[in-house]
Amino acid sequence: MTSTIPATPDRGGPAQPLLIVRDLKKYFPVRRGVLERERKFVHAVDGVSFSITKGTTLGIVGESGCGKSTTARLIAKLMDPDSGTLIFDGEGVGEFRGLELKSFRQSLQMVFQDSFASLNPRLTIVETIAYGPKAHGLTTAEATERARALLARVGLEPDQFGSRYPHELSGGQRQRVNIARALAFNPRLVILDEAVAALDKSVQAQVLNLLQELKAEHQLTYLFISHDLHVVHYLCDEVMVMYLGQVVEIGPVEQIYGQAAHPYTRALLSAVPSTDPAHRTEKPPLAGDPPNPINPPPGCRFRDRCPHVEAVCAQSPALLPARNLPGHQVACHINDPQSGHSAIALEQAA
Amino acid sequence: MTLAQTIPINLPAAPSRSFWHVVGRQLRRDPVAMISAVVLLLIICAAVFAPWLAPADPFKASMLRRLLPVGSPGHWLGTDELGRDLLTRLMYGGRLSLLMGVVPVLAAFVIGTSIGLFAGYVGGRANMITMRMLDVFYAFPSVLLAVAIAGALGPGMSNSLIALTLVFVPQMVRVAESVTTQVRRLDYIEAARMSGASAFSIIRVHVLGNVLGPVFVYATGLLSVSMILGSGLSFLGLGVKPPEPEWGLMLNTLRSAIFLNPLVAALPGAMIFVTSIAFNLLADGVRSAMDIRK
Repeated sequence: MTSTIPATPDRGGPAQPLLIVRDLKKYFPVRRGVLERERKFVHAVDGVSFSITKGTTLGIVGESGCGKSTTARLIAKLMDPDSGTLIFDGEGVGEFRGLELKSFRQSLQMVFQDSFASLNPRLTIVETIAYGPKAHGLTTAEATERARALLARVGLEPDQFGSRYPHELSGGQRQRVNIARALAFNPRLVILDEAVAALDKSVQAQVLNLLQELKAEHQLTYLFISHDLHVVHYLCDEVMVMYLGQVVEIGPVEQIYGQAAHPYTRALLSAVPSTDPAHRTEKPPLAGDPPNPINPPPGCRFRDRCPHVEAVCAQSPALLPARNLPGHQVACHINDPQSGHSAIALEQAA
Repeated sequence: MTLAQTIPINLPAAPSRSFWHVVGRQLRRDPVAMISAVVLLLIICAAVFAPWLAPADPFKASMLRRLLPVGSPGHWLGTDELGRDLLTRLMYGGRLSLLMGVVPVLAAFVIGTSIGLFAGYVGGRANMITMRMLDVFYAFPSVLLAVAIAGALGPGMSNSLIALTLVFVPQMVRVAESVTTQVRRLDYIEAARMSGASAFSIIRVHVLGNVLGPVFVYATGLLSVSMILGSGLSFLGLGVKPPEPEWGLMLNTLRSAIFLNPLVAALPGAMIFVTSIAFNLLADGVRSAMDIRK
């Protein structure tokens, strides 16, 4: 690799979170007819705040439709949020005197779930990977050379695969190409939106190992979106659990998997198929479906399905630091001693 | 770790094949498309080289040799109502008829694709306004619209070309817009947007290539329609003027001879029919050859 796009420098130092997301909101209007005013909104992402430490992997988990992918698209600026701020390595994104959108986009790349739809069928894979570096000012020869080097790095022989078209590759190979394309920018944050969900287990394991190697080599930070809790456990340092567009719990991976504080997280984890035949998952952990995300009522959004629901749950719980668990935040009244939830009184009595 | 790394594979480097190379190879395997292409090539050659190939002068009339039947000595395809050699006139007529088929479609292809790409890529309100304005054209049947525009502009070759172009532009825009809208939602466009490349570059590299295919196929399908509409305009006296040879006009002037010499009277129509069928079959062939994801 003779010439590369220079990576954006590390400005804030290791203590500065790579990305801080504050109060991100996106409501999609629901239109029924021509005459009806836009009064109803799907609260796809409703006040999401979190931060990612440099060099770590943050997993976002939750059911389908909980706003995981919308959050990713908002962060990637593929969609404009209704409100909220992004602070990338200490600089506001797209703000006056902040980080320019173009250099932000170079620092942040995304790998999508559908490996086929995310590759242009009319371009060979070298052309696809070289497109981004060319857009950032490299010559065609330099960009091609870089693309070939990256292909080799992700395990695809450039002489053999470089001039192929996406439909001539397998799903795992295509996803390697997508990873190579993301790396071509020398990014610092890579969003993996269900990036391994469509691959079968053996290929998934190979791609996950590749991702781990690349992370160490290029000092990457990952935002890993998945519904596969085993994979999240394997790959992530921190986990954020979302429910209906809101963060219900966020914390270090072992604490989330071992000492989940939110009833929803506990239900989600108990739904993971057990690998031990002596401990089969027999009864469904939760009944019912998530409520309609169109104009949800105030209060805890999980209260329709929560086994610990009480009168206080009609008020929205704030995302607060968890008691006894460092680096862990929960949005549940059971966690808040001031809320008056009876579970706390029981706990204190015991 | 991967197969490519662990097992030494001594495969030859995959040859670099361009998209059109693959399409050409597919097309050569399609007998119907190839026959259509040969027929079209013959018709086009006959029209282009008419001054050298034609056996007679297309304007030389003879009162004695009017409406000779097909197979007459010296006039293989007979003569028309003014005694002019029909084979010659069919060859010369192909020039204007093919022009009527190709020029409006080409012009509409360029204009329509540009508008459609813009509307589809920008989306939102600009797209809606553009498309609703073009929907007005859909209120009229295309024949009626062509006749109305040609009539308003006045008879003549160039005016009928303009009229036909205006008829096809809304259709091309609609096809280009709908394909662009589909393509724009795909992940590879989002990935390209994440690269920070300009909208122009994204349209040129990622959108255009994937939109041109279906639009091109639709345009080839319009070639025959354009030729028939052009002939129709000439038939109605809005296009080419006599004595200029043109298939639609010849069909009109020979109409009176349909009971005297039906075979001769039908020949210009047969040419229109054969040419448009060949265009359509070739378009079908190209459409299936371009579907590389088989």
